[in-house]
Amino acid sequence: MASQEILREEPSRGSFINDPKIRSLFFQTLVVVLLFASIWWIVNNVIENLQRLHIASGFQFLRNRAGFDISDTPIAYTSDATYGRALLVGLINTIIVAVAGIITATIIGFVIGIGRLSHNWLIRKICTVYVEIFRNIPPLLVIFFWYSGVLAVLPPPRESYHLPFGSFLNQRGFYFPRTIWGDGSWLILVAFIVALAMAWFVAHRARQRQMSTGQQFPVFWTSVALIVGLPVLAFLLAGMPLTFDFPKQSTFNLTGGFQIKPEFLSLYLALSCYTAAFIAEIVRAGIKGVSKGQSEAAGALGLRSGPILRLVVIPQAMRIVIPPLTSQYLNLTKNSSLAIAIGYPDLTATAGTVLNQTGQAVEGVFIMMIAYLVLSLITSAVMNVVNARMALVER
Amino acid sequence: MQEHDMSWVRTEMALAQPAPPTERGAYAWVRKNLVGSVGDTILTVLGIAIVAWILPQVINWALINAQWTGPDRTVCTTASQGGIHPDGWTGACWAFVNAKFGQFMFGTYPVEERWRPILVAILFVALLVPMLIPKVPRKGLNAILLFLMLPIVAFFLLIGGVFGLPHVETSRWGGLLVTLSLSFVGIAVSLPLGVILALGRRSKMPIIKWLCVVFIETVRGIPLITVLFFASVMLPLFLPAGVTFDKFLRALIGVSLFAAAYMAEVVRGGLQAIPKGQYEGADSLGLGYWQKMGLIVLPQALKLVIPGIVNTFIGMFKDTSLVLIISMFDLLGVVKQNFADANWATPQTAKSGLVFAAFVFWLFCFGMSRYSMYTERRLDTGYKR
Repeated sequence: MASQEILREEPSRGSFINDPKIRSLFFQTLVVVLLFASIWWIVNNVIENLQRLHIASGFQFLRNRAGFDISDTPIAYTSDATYGRALLVGLINTIIVAVAGIITATIIGFVIGIGRLSHNWLIRKICTVYVEIFRNIPPLLVIFFWYSGVLAVLPPPRESYHLPFGSFLNQRGFYFPRTIWGDGSWLILVAFIVALAMAWFVAHRARQRQMSTGQQFPVFWTSVALIVGLPVLAFLLAGMPLTFDFPKQSTFNLTGGFQIKPEFLSLYLALSCYTAAFIAEIVRAGIKGVSKGQSEAAGALGLRSGPILRLVVIPQAMRIVIPPLTSQYLNLTKNSSLAIAIGYPDLTATAGTVLNQTGQAVEGVFIMMIAYLVLSLITSAVMNVVNARMALVER
Repeated sequence: MQEHDMSWVRTEMALAQPAPPTERGAYAWVRKNLVGSVGDTILTVLGIAIVAWILPQVINWALINAQWTGPDRTVCTTASQGGIHPDGWTGACWAFVNAKFGQFMFGTYPVEERWRPILVAILFVALLVPMLIPKVPRKGLNAILLFLMLPIVAFFLLIGGVFGLPHVETSRWGGLLVTLSLSFVGIAVSLPLGVILALGRRSKMPIIKWLCVVFIETVRGIPLITVLFFASVMLPLFLPAGVTFDKFLRALIGVSLFAAAYMAEVVRGGLQAIPKGQYEGADSLGLGYWQKMGLIVLPQALKLVIPGIVNTFIGMFKDTSLVLIISMFDLLGVVKQNFADANWATPQTAKSGLVFAAFVFWLFCFGMSRYSMYTERRLDTGYKR
């Protein structure tokens, strides 16, 4: 009997314990069961805890009156506004500091990164020292250094430092003239847009002409002349509709002008300095990643050092640079949450206040996570578009 | 006849001449590296100007004008601020660092019990140094002692409550003690967890793969502060009423999970760089999944990504300073806390304290990065393409 049964079976595949398919099914089921069990347990606990603390779950609290003030408000906000509005103010502040930081960090980073490859020994060493210092200390420490070490010990408003263009620097921040655009300013904007369009058109035609006849056209200087010249012309034609509101010193404070608070200033400077060190390393690696043969071949074709950099080395280096650069931009955006340590009202800080006032911990942390994830996704999407334009076009 | 004269052949080599003086020595070096062209010269002048502007200020502040010792704020203030220095004096207040040194290292750990963290530190150094020197034998035993025995011994020594040692709550820990213990545990936990997450992300089981992807991408997309908020505000809500967690432990969980997600991506890079033939070769030898990964793939993959792993360690070491935001006091936290001390409130206090903290952080991070460069060179077996 036994032998007959064996004969009727398929060729032996060993015990079913060793079958990879069954194993994987078993493990995955186990993981799913465990996951759902723990989620169920957590949700139960959360509901129980919230009931015990008399906290209603849900997002209705966003429509309640916030009742706290925010020091930096890019959009209209009073303590009578809603929690939702407070969070929006925080989000906008995060975006402002992130964008400003990204721009500055990129500029400093590229300068330092190229400086590290300079033929000049002194410049190389200065840039190396900069990178090695900022790479190896925590960003929070840099923020505190600017905030408590530098900006807090500036003189009081009465003894402000006078800087060029009627701007001032003191304990309460950086003051500079506010521009007031009069009637007819729209003409300048229109001229600027027209200039951009014309510059694009000139570049387009110049490329066509170079393709067909080989003759070059000074596109760069023409564009500069257009983009600077037309708005200036419009400015003069419109009767110079620009006045300045200069900050004025009074007994205890400065009035008028535009004030940048020390909280923003220290966060912005610290994030820029810190991230610039990393960007510098990325830029250096990118340029070193372009093989020497490329620039030598370009030289053999008769290009001079300027066009070699612009047409051969930088386009190839950018391909190496952009992906890690993106992650540095994401890091900077995430590091802007350190604002909470010095009281700049970014998203994390306002969400933290809301969370403490309402006790809506789950919803608060959830909103924070979603907001940062969305910001990260947007940054990645933009950089992916840039990357796609830079990527090697292969046949 | 003249042909004879023409066919003269030199029989000995001409003696090598030294390079012309303009091409050697300090002069040539300066010409090549500092004043090669007009642009170069301008850059050099600019560089000298920057150095000449910054360096004397820094040296004056940190060394020459600095106040090294003293009992209270009077030694670090100018006459008009009620101190001993002439008006206009600026200099580092190392006296502040000196007076608070114990706190910077141990926080409010009871003074008579401070021998315990010191003992742990000695044990740590005694186990770490032979671990780092490649020539010292018995690496396996050393690793077991360092990563298994030391945490257990340190746990009982630092917390106490057994063997007649008085109990010290973690809320009294602080300073470098917190920074180092957070980052040591974070490093020890995040590497294995990161490896498991990376393997999970490359697993053929769809559910496990997607769980890992969602975890890694979510954690990487949010700031550490949010993770710490999560750990400090939401973890207590997740647990049944009455069960509480130590705050230190919550911070540890947050930091370790955060670092593990980054570690997973680094390790995944290494796994992807291993040629397919290695996997197939292991399969054809009849190795199981864990044998294949543990014996063939991971040793090669981890070796490839040593720089990335160390960078994550450095990042985590720096990130431990963020626990300040959930009101725990690591080195930076204690330094900042002491700015509020009225006995030491001077315009120089903040700067001096922060420069000291920066120096300590810098030493550790710089050391780690240099050691990783050394290891990278040592392990380079020439397979690099």
